[in-house]
Amino acid sequence: MLASLAGDADAYRTLLECLERELGRFFRRRLAQDAAEAPDLVQETLIAIHTRRGTYDTSQSLAGWVYAIARHKLVDHFRRRGRAAAISLDDAGALFAADDRAGAEARHDLDKALARLPLPTQSLIRDIKLKELSHAEAARARGISETAAKVAVHRGMKKLAAFLHPQKDVPP
Amino acid sequence: MSDLARQLSENLAPVTASFVARRLLLGLAAGSLVSVIFVLAVLGLRPDLVPAMGTAMFWAKLVYPLSLAWIAGLAAERLARPAASARNRLVWLTAPFAAVAVLAIVQLIVVAPESRESVVMGGSARVCPFLVLLSSLPPLAGLVWAMRGLAPVRLRETGAIIGLAAGGVGAFAYAWHCTEWGAAFLALWYTAGILACAGLGALLGPSLLRWR
Repeated sequence: MLASLAGDADAYRTLLECLERELGRFFRRRLAQDAAEAPDLVQETLIAIHTRRGTYDTSQSLAGWVYAIARHKLVDHFRRRGRAAAISLDDAGALFAADDRAGAEARHDLDKALARLPLPTQSLIRDIKLKELSHAEAARARGISETAAKVAVHRGMKKLAAFLHPQKDVPP
Repeated sequence: MSDLARQLSENLAPVTASFVARRLLLGLAAGSLVSVIFVLAVLGLRPDLVPAMGTAMFWAKLVYPLSLAWIAGLAAERLARPAASARNRLVWLTAPFAAVAVLAIVQLIVVAPESRESVVMGGSARVCPFLVLLSSLPPLAGLVWAMRGLAPVRLRETGAIIGLAAGGVGAFAYAWHCTEWGAAFLALWYTAGILACAGLGALLGPSLLRWR
């Protein structure tokens, strides 16, 4: 996205293609019975992302920005349908659920969030959550007790969650 | 599948980090120009401008609304971005409100008891809020135009904040016409006009700021 803002058309096209797939999944899941409308919404969202790309704050999560726009489009869609926009609070969290991750972009967000944690916690989380080692294995590698590792990971995950979902409130 | 992605990435123009701020400033500047012209041409510059410039109240009437507009403008710059919060910028709004309230109370205490009423009501308390609101409409229109090209998602909050910014600019323009000298007058009637504009923004935000 940073390259796109600087005017790199190839990077931008790759990003848009990736977002197109992710947004398709996002809208199909949320539209349920009228999933046939998803392609239109994907298109509208991509166009909005394009025309409003200047509103992306480069110090913030790209996924957060993209899905805020997608959510706005979804609410708008429900409104046009004359239906109460029944967006549950959980959606804010669900936006980051595994199947909605915009691949490399989500990884980028995660790396950014991880960088805010103390170094030992960072590597513990990488070992346990990403490389899927057991707590005992990760603890032994660092010469600390298993309990200490569990506590550190738990606290770290809490901080990560707070960073990745800074706003729990849903737009009107 | 990737047709749209290809089309959109053709002739891609670079975007600067100040895109949001510049668009808001453009809308605000255009609207402010109209409201300054309105105040000077329709209401007229205050006749005692030169002696008044030696008084602190003349400057307070300019600085107070302008500081509200500035802080609200900074908050609007956040609200124009989806998934950004303006809370930590909005807390600064308490400073100008508190400063003017303190100024008003001090002046009420210091001033002779018989002139207290004129400090509060002046000679134009009935029209002041309406003229401030009227002077604020052009900058409000400019900011609505700017916001529609950005991406606010909390429309009522955004409407209120751009209303506040427009109200501040409108009151700033109106101050060049107004001859009042009471701090309590400023604290009550200017604030009433500015907040009326913020209320109007909050009222119209959800319908006017909706973007496709």
